[in-house]
Amino acid sequence: MADRITGSQALVRSLEHVGVDVVFGIPGGAVLPVYDPILDSPIRHILVRHEQGAGHMAQGYYWATGRPGVALVTSGPGVTNILTPITDAFMDSVPIVVIAGQVARAAIGSDAFQEAPTFNMTMPVTKHNFVIMDAAEIPEVIAQAFHIATTGRPGPVYVDLPKDVGVEEMDWWWPEDPGANLPGYKPNVRPHAGQVKKAVELITAAQRPVVYAGGGILKARAAEALRDFCEKTGIHAVTTLMARGALSDEHPLCLGMPGMHGSYTAVTSMQKSDLLIALGSRFDDRVTGRVADFAPHAKVVHVDIDPAELSKVRAADVPIVADCRLAIEALIKEFDKQERRREERGDAPVDRSAWNAQIDAWRSAYPYKYVAGDRPDVVKPQYVLERLNAAAPDAIVTAGVGQHQMFASQWWRFREPYHWINSGGLGTMGFAVPAAVGAQVGAPDKVVWCVDGDGCFQMTMQELITASVEGIPVKVAILNNGYLGMVRQWQDLFYDERHSEIYLSQDVPDYVGLAEAMGCAGFRVDTVDEVDSVIAKAMAITDRPVVVDFRIDPAEHVYPMVPAGKSNDGVILGPAFGQPEHQMAGDGAAPMTSGGEGEVEPPPEHPDGHMTLDKGGF
Amino acid sequence: MQRRRLKTLSVLVENQPGVLARIAGLIARRGFNIESLAVGPTDDPIFSRMTLVVDESQVHVEQIVKQLYKLINVIKITEFEPDDSVERELMLVSVRATPEKRFQVIELAEIYGGRIADVGADSICLELSGPPGDLDDLLDLLEPHGVSEVARTGRVALERARKATVL
Ligand SMILES: Cc1ncc(C[n+]2csc(CCOP(=O)(O)OP(=O)(O)O)c2C)c(N)n1
Ligand SMILES: [Mg+2]
Repeated sequence: MADRITGSQALVRSLEHVGVDVVFGIPGGAVLPVYDPILDSPIRHILVRHEQGAGHMAQGYYWATGRPGVALVTSGPGVTNILTPITDAFMDSVPIVVIAGQVARAAIGSDAFQEAPTFNMTMPVTKHNFVIMDAAEIPEVIAQAFHIATTGRPGPVYVDLPKDVGVEEMDWWWPEDPGANLPGYKPNVRPHAGQVKKAVELITAAQRPVVYAGGGILKARAAEALRDFCEKTGIHAVTTLMARGALSDEHPLCLGMPGMHGSYTAVTSMQKSDLLIALGSRFDDRVTGRVADFAPHAKVVHVDIDPAELSKVRAADVPIVADCRLAIEALIKEFDKQERRREERGDAPVDRSAWNAQIDAWRSAYPYKYVAGDRPDVVKPQYVLERLNAAAPDAIVTAGVGQHQMFASQWWRFREPYHWINSGGLGTMGFAVPAAVGAQVGAPDKVVWCVDGDGCFQMTMQELITASVEGIPVKVAILNNGYLGMVRQWQDLFYDERHSEIYLSQDVPDYVGLAEAMGCAGFRVDTVDEVDSVIAKAMAITDRPVVVDFRIDPAEHVYPMVPAGKSNDGVILGPAFGQPEHQMAGDGAAPMTSGGEGEVEPPPEHPDGHMTLDKGGF
Repeated sequence: MQRRRLKTLSVLVENQPGVLARIAGLIARRGFNIESLAVGPTDDPIFSRMTLVVDESQVHVEQIVKQLYKLINVIKITEFEPDDSVERELMLVSVRATPEKRFQVIELAEIYGGRIADVGADSICLELSGPPGDLDDLLDLLEPHGVSEVARTGRVALERARKATVL
């Protein structure tokens, strides 16, 4: 007997089949048929206050669980509201599946109420998207959507479901193999043995090798393999903004974050290295600075599951298309083999003692450092982070975008992977609160601290209402400087302190009152000696969300810093190292731009003289 | 100006809704300049073939190919140099030709194996299919006679058959 059910029932049943336990969403006309069978499903639905929240929650849920996050929204504005998280997930290779209602098939293209060309709109910012025109296709499309989102280079997948397809009946079935009807999708996960051999030959010969570990390590669940590799070879690793915690910050071989606001040692060791072992990283402009000057003496071994990343920005001497974990394991095995051969020959290993001593010297000379405030009411953001980290060393931390994000990445000691969740590629203000909610849903037993800026907080804070009502006890530390601080930093440094449209006010809104109005506990910290006691109070509250308004020093700048488009040889260490502030203004100032994050340098020259156009549009 | 180096990409795709939009969107989004794009069915109804011509002196072909491969609906991409492929294109060209001048125009077309597609009182429409270079040449020769409209399909291509090895 055929099992006759509606398309909507098939959709919900399909989600159950792929193992979905939570969906973040908000209903509307076109998606109503799907909301009815949700009532009868064991899947937990979390009712968000804005679709952007649903998308970022799905991302946070992924990071905390390793399972794809799911969002459910209505047609038209429901989808346009979630385009930001979809794009964010695309840039950071985060597997989420967004399912949206659409107007009935016959109304598509007719400018019907709440009809938008959402299939077209999501096309360039998803790994793949579907529009389901027949209820019988639903199980296969859902199976394929999750398969595509989670395999290969992960990413967001969007599914458009016209309302009448959800109402139509179909005979339930479930595809055995989700990849069976995807003839064009066969991600290459196994490394090529010949390339692995060549890579290890470079690795064993290198005098100054550095591992450049990126987010791909975490996607591939390869943190353990990375640690084994570093320990076995004795090679240090930098962990990018997307890979903080991939190697513990406490590990003697971990050099911390590279890039624009990275540690001096991470940046400089890459600059001086003779071999970069790029594992799941993509030579992002925030890491490389001016590409032409980046790590000029280094050969490059580049491992990535996405062939299009290899030699996109920097030509790889040994490109390896593979899953990072499988590649690292293969590198370790090959390394053992070549080491045995070397011992048999009686050759000595390369002597890296001078290089290792150099790294140690940089580390002790140029740690992260700030000038402590001279009055008790000058609270430094770095100090808040140190104290928060001490109180909650095992917390999951989410961040928005701005100075607070960079301070958090610098000052938090990440000891484990998947404890740092942020928006790296798109740089989406408003990411932190909903991402924290999603992470807490996925990891109910963890402490989740959202480290947010006052500007970012105001973009998505309403999801704290969702959190209160649903009993999701996230903790929010607002590093309240009363400014769009990162933009202020750029105006201070590159625009002669001409402050244009960056002042927010530390007092309005009243964050404590606002927190309470949203059903959260609220605290405020004005002085250095309140920091610890208020953190302790916040830690003690576990039955509802907590918001702490940390009034921090608005004049603080993030250092070290390499101005956008400049060479990584020119790390500016800042006032803690006796360098005057504002030395970049006037002559030699970075190119003037209008955005907070400055400009992306023009596309690099391709080795044979042509421009690579992958960074510019037209 | 660097000399043009044309390269043909033959892209076998799944015949799915939106696949042309995916390819065109990717090309626009990544800022790849293309010379022409032709789309049509293949012997198998579940696949279509798109033939893209790019100028290698202007774009980084390897990146285009890699980015295209990331599209789930792209099955296979074959890169051709003009020398190892058979390339054809169809052109319709309308020439202002009074009855006195018509014969000259027709004669030119016939040299290239073109045909008359339509004749009017003071214009004639010619049809020519062949290697794209022939189409360019004929067009140059017709220009002095007064070309009023041109429509070209963009080139399609297949790999040249392997020739028997001569011992
Ligand atoms: C949605 C969005 N709009 C604008 C920006 C540009 N931008 C980057 S950082 C920043 C300031 C962030 O202010 P705040 O949240 O207070 O953080 P702070 O830098 O002060 O720590 C702005 C406006 C952005 N990244 N995202
Ligand atoms: Mg701020």
